[in-house]
Amino acid sequence: MKLALGPLLYYWPRQSVLDFYAGIAESSVNSVYLGETVCSRRHELRLEDWLEVGAVLAAAGKEVVMSSQGLIESESDLKVLRRIVRQAATGQPGFRVEANDMGAVRLLGAAGITNWVAGPTLNIFNPATLQLMMDAGATRWAVAPEMSGAALAEVRAALAAPIETEVFAYGRLPLAHSARCFTARHFNLQKDSCEFRCLSIMDGIALSTREGEPFLTLNGVQTQSARVHNLLGDLPTVMPHAEVLRISPQGSHTPAIIELFRKVVDGDLSPSAALDASRELMVEAPCNGFWHGRAGVEQYIAA
Amino acid sequence: MNASQIELVCPAGSLPALKTAIDHGADCVYLGFKDATNARNFSGLNFDPPQMREGIAYAHARGKKVLLALNTYPQTGNWASWIQAIDRAAEFGLDALILADPGLMAYATKTHPQLRLHLSVQGSATSYEAINYYRERFGIQRAVLPRVLSMAQVESVIANTSVEIEVFGFGGLCVMVEGRCALSAYATGESPNCNGACSPGKFVRWEDTPRGMETRLNGILIDRFAEGERAGYPTLCKGRFEVNDETYYALEEPTSLNTLELLPELARIGIRAIKIEGRQRSPAYVAQVTKVWRAALDKLKSGGADAFSVLPSWMAELNKVSEGQSHTLGAYYRPWK
Repeated sequence: MKLALGPLLYYWPRQSVLDFYAGIAESSVNSVYLGETVCSRRHELRLEDWLEVGAVLAAAGKEVVMSSQGLIESESDLKVLRRIVRQAATGQPGFRVEANDMGAVRLLGAAGITNWVAGPTLNIFNPATLQLMMDAGATRWAVAPEMSGAALAEVRAALAAPIETEVFAYGRLPLAHSARCFTARHFNLQKDSCEFRCLSIMDGIALSTREGEPFLTLNGVQTQSARVHNLLGDLPTVMPHAEVLRISPQGSHTPAIIELFRKVVDGDLSPSAALDASRELMVEAPCNGFWHGRAGVEQYIAA
Repeated sequence: MNASQIELVCPAGSLPALKTAIDHGADCVYLGFKDATNARNFSGLNFDPPQMREGIAYAHARGKKVLLALNTYPQTGNWASWIQAIDRAAEFGLDALILADPGLMAYATKTHPQLRLHLSVQGSATSYEAINYYRERFGIQRAVLPRVLSMAQVESVIANTSVEIEVFGFGGLCVMVEGRCALSAYATGESPNCNGACSPGKFVRWEDTPRGMETRLNGILIDRFAEGERAGYPTLCKGRFEVNDETYYALEEPTSLNTLELLPELARIGIRAIKIEGRQRSPAYVAQVTKVWRAALDKLKSGGADAFSVLPSWMAELNKVSEGQSHTLGAYYRPWK
């Protein structure tokens, strides 16, 4: 079982990002996804910087994956995407690409690249679509978080040949993208003059119902769950259906979370003990409903 | 591109709505089967096979087109229902299929190569690179753009693809990229992508409380209305929430998209079709909206862009049927973002 660190979804100061990945180089994750996937206005790290971070991680023995932006709107978004694909095609430095929209799939195909990751926003819900992506060169499938374990098992069972499968196992759930920036809206600013107010909000901005119940998280143009999707306690039912577990970076304690997953995967800690140990490391209460085919917000414990 | 080539594509949630749309000037209507194969899977809505045959006959007798929305994502266990729907579409003589799932497109291309394919807004294709992928791979002839792009961005898409572009002109506004929103799944377990409905009615509760009328979705408080406030349906992105001790419409107000005033500009950049949202709405809504948009398109066609102006009566008619009785230009208007 491999552990992967998902792309950083928040906008942290440059030095915080560099320090964070220096810590990750020391951790036991196998793969690290890099790059800006949420908002093209964020610029603390440019593509060259991400490639440098990738080189450090690769030297530490990590597999490096550059994630493409989820919502492509402008020609300049396409330029960045083309540069990622071109760079990947040269093989120097070596990294894989995670395709997060069909534009990326088209460009990867045109470049003849055949070892990319089909990202969680490609809407792959059935074997026919997954097979099309595999035929186009996908060699890993990062499953949409909303897909249940049972539905995932059915897709895998129907494939002629297997594909390495990655399950979103930890972190606030990325639920939606918009053209609107909800962080700028909160501060009564327009997106074009957002003053980069999301910078340094390490875990996004909490949104609660009018009864004070935490519900969602505002992260610029992305909306996340308030709760932390946490499959530590479910790993016995997850592991038969995945080869990779994705952990999404959070403001603090990410290395400790990684170590909990590593211990359970290696059989050195029980899933329930790991879930208990993770409680003080989470920014909000846990949930796991999606894995069980229920509302994502639920924390479901099988009877 | 001139205005005479812009098709007016209107919603048909029922046979009466279909006839109303055709009678009031729709060039095309779009509809779905009574099941999860389309993104307006609400009870009491949509068509069984005999109704669909009757609707197609009605439209075709008047020289109008019927498009079938099959724009949800099938899973392994229910794949056969979508395949059956595609086969029926071919048999019934529908003018085009509106699809989001690449696996279904591959099936349609292989099994029924004569079928015209449109890429649904649920396919989340926001760039010409993405649209051209579907063109090259499945021969799609039209793409419906998510409601996220600016006018300049739409123009750039049109300039870089041979695929016809359809945009939303009026109706309920998704603030999130269509096909990329799991908010409903998070709150209820059912999503537009897989179940064909956002914030489904069976999870909705209206409760008159001492604090006011409260609307809940699967138990989650979406909004609370003071006396005299009009309580709206709890679509979860259009509720009032608390952020840093401030209570407001944190994601979006209850409002409708209305791009009527942009019509000359949309014609100039070369869009091929305008879509009216609202298969869940009444035939009266369909009549009202279709009539106004038909009049606007005809005026643009006869008088040209320079002579075009939005009549106050058009806006008044449209505002009457708008969600929250208000409207927005959405992403076409930069400050909206």
